[in-house]
Amino acid sequence: MSTLEIKDLYVSIVTEQGSKQILKGVSLTIRTGETHAIMGPNGSGKSTLASTIAGHPRYTVDSGSITLDGEDVLAMSVDERARAGLFLAMQYPVEVPGVTMTNFLRTAKTALDGKAPSLRHWTKDVKQAMSQLRIDADFAQRNVNEGFSGGEKKRVEILQLELFRPRFAILDETDSGLDVDALKVVSEGVNREHAKGEMGTLLITHYTRILRYIKPDFVHVFVDGRIAEEGGPELADRLEEEGYDRFAAATPAVEA
Amino acid sequence: MTDQVDQKPLTPTPVPESVISDILEKNPELEGIGTYQYGWADKNEASANARRGLSEEVVRDISAKKNEPEWMLDLRLKGLKYFDRKPMPSWGADLSGIDFDNIKYFVRSTEKQANTWEDLPEDIRNTYEKLGIPEAERARLVSGVAAQYESEVVYHQLREDLERQGVIFLDTDTALREHPEIFKEYFGSIIPVGDNKFASLNTAVWSGGSFVYVPKGVHVEIPLQAYFRINTENMGQFERTLIIADEGSYVHYIEGCTAPIYTSDSLHSAVVEIVVKKNARVRYTTIQNWSNNVYNLVTKRAVAHEGATMEWIDGNIGSKVTMKYPAVYLVGEHAKGETLSIAFAGEGQHQDTGSKMVHIAPNTKSSIISKSVARGGGRAAYRGLVQVREGAKNSANTVRCDALLVDTISRSDTYPYVDIREDDVTMGHEATVSKVSEEQLFYLMSRGMPEDEAMAMIVRGFIEPIARELPMEYALELNRLIELQMEGAVG
Repeated sequence: MSTLEIKDLYVSIVTEQGSKQILKGVSLTIRTGETHAIMGPNGSGKSTLASTIAGHPRYTVDSGSITLDGEDVLAMSVDERARAGLFLAMQYPVEVPGVTMTNFLRTAKTALDGKAPSLRHWTKDVKQAMSQLRIDADFAQRNVNEGFSGGEKKRVEILQLELFRPRFAILDETDSGLDVDALKVVSEGVNREHAKGEMGTLLITHYTRILRYIKPDFVHVFVDGRIAEEGGPELADRLEEEGYDRFAAATPAVEA
Repeated sequence: MTDQVDQKPLTPTPVPESVISDILEKNPELEGIGTYQYGWADKNEASANARRGLSEEVVRDISAKKNEPEWMLDLRLKGLKYFDRKPMPSWGADLSGIDFDNIKYFVRSTEKQANTWEDLPEDIRNTYEKLGIPEAERARLVSGVAAQYESEVVYHQLREDLERQGVIFLDTDTALREHPEIFKEYFGSIIPVGDNKFASLNTAVWSGGSFVYVPKGVHVEIPLQAYFRINTENMGQFERTLIIADEGSYVHYIEGCTAPIYTSDSLHSAVVEIVVKKNARVRYTTIQNWSNNVYNLVTKRAVAHEGATMEWIDGNIGSKVTMKYPAVYLVGEHAKGETLSIAFAGEGQHQDTGSKMVHIAPNTKSSIISKSVARGGGRAAYRGLVQVREGAKNSANTVRCDALLVDTISRSDTYPYVDIREDDVTMGHEATVSKVSEEQLFYLMSRGMPEDEAMAMIVRGFIEPIARELPMEYALELNRLIELQMEGAVG
């Protein structure tokens, strides 16, 4: 049983106009086995939270803390965070030319576990996970994300989630740009991993659509860098009907 | 240092700061440099007694020690004259640090060549063991080995079945004695004595190198390997290689090079001549990993006859300065030339490399693919010449050069020269400069890889199109060298 705790987090980025604060006091606690949905309009700081947890160098933490079972996550480098069990399924996964998926997956798994996976099991696991996510077998020999469609990239992110088995998975708008079929396949992947009961999930989304497939235990509504409202799954249903309009007054456009 | 690519250089086009990521600021450790692991030196009395500087007497002495025929001595003296007369190249890398008077032009490290490793002096044998050469031979990864130590080939072996098929693989000095007719016909026929200053110097003082003859129709399926080692400080190594692939034959020749780390510089100035006859194919692979105090100024040129294919795979990882532009003269119809070039320039290194393709016959094809990586303030330049002479109708050429900058203090330049004297030709040129992006690093690190491992993966991915052309053990070696270069490059 692990706990990821975010306390009173203030985060800013440097823009051409100078430093700009995006997160203005976010507190959130996720435990193993829980699924939290973070919802909110564009620019409310949802993705900033995801990138900050993973340690993206573009984001500066002004104050507050992130701890994983009491360990200071903010003191860890990006790779240390990953090895501690944090995984970010990215909104825009980058291409890495000349590096095959096979090589990338095995190198990452080795780095994460501190030892190379047993070749026989690993090959089988990769094959099975790929087939469940309806990823063609030939993707194994293709270069990381190179020439993949938006949907293919998202599937490959969830493939990594299933293979790396993190303690906490942060899904940054994994649903955006997916058609209904792909959304289903991807959600099933997350649910499969979640069902093992050893992972906490932070699901970041603009739309309620994915919540038909991945059932959150908690819903947090982000507005202007703060959590404006919190509740159970019923809050998502309400948002589906009413949209974010009732928060509009409190929502200046923020680029993040 | 070949091949008169010495037209006026175009204005260098350094990459604007703005396209380079600001990795350096975040990683001051980038100043560091990967460890060079071949930097040990053996004790060697022969080299201690060797004389410095170049004169007619030195040239005569080398020739006399080798009991050469008169014509070779005459050619050497002619080379010396050209060398004295020709100016230093005014383009490319800075060569002002070469002190020709301080160089030892000939060092004999052992009295006789061995054909078992056990017969070598212990020091030398240990050096090659540490370099893994006998191991590769035992593992049958190569079908013939020549090991040059200082000025001469000290170990030599060729598989018996190849010998029976008439393949000749000898050090060049022995070949001159044993095969004078072939030798006289081809020596200096591809790269004439006055070709360029450093080819002239090589002609004057050459020693060692490989001589390969592959008879008609014979395919040497497993590569021949030559390994060049400089041990002495201020050594000049001037090997001379001549490869003749007769009609319909095939051979892959691989060379590797290392040297100890010294405080003052050594010079490596080789000449490689290759004749690829009708429908033959030659592949010549170099993994150059000289220490960072070696000037590496090499002239390499092949002539491809009708239907022949010449492939240069040129990996430059080490050296202080390298100027090398392997060339193919396409003299027969449907001849093909191909160069794959990788250069890695770290701190204090200048790699000025590329290729030259000369289309003389109709329906000839050539391609040049160059990948360079610069870090730690190193400079990597692509310099190439594609020439299509009058009458070379329906010729086609493509050039692609990609540069990768790992930080903001390194430099990449591209000097693509094109000279077309025929209408009916197809040309393609593409050049890119990219940086290791923050997003790529973040992505890989967020998957658990430490920064230097992530960086090395990106660099390996960048050169992958060339690494995959190498035999597996060399691809692994190349990857390992790059990892060493990248170690300590980032925090």
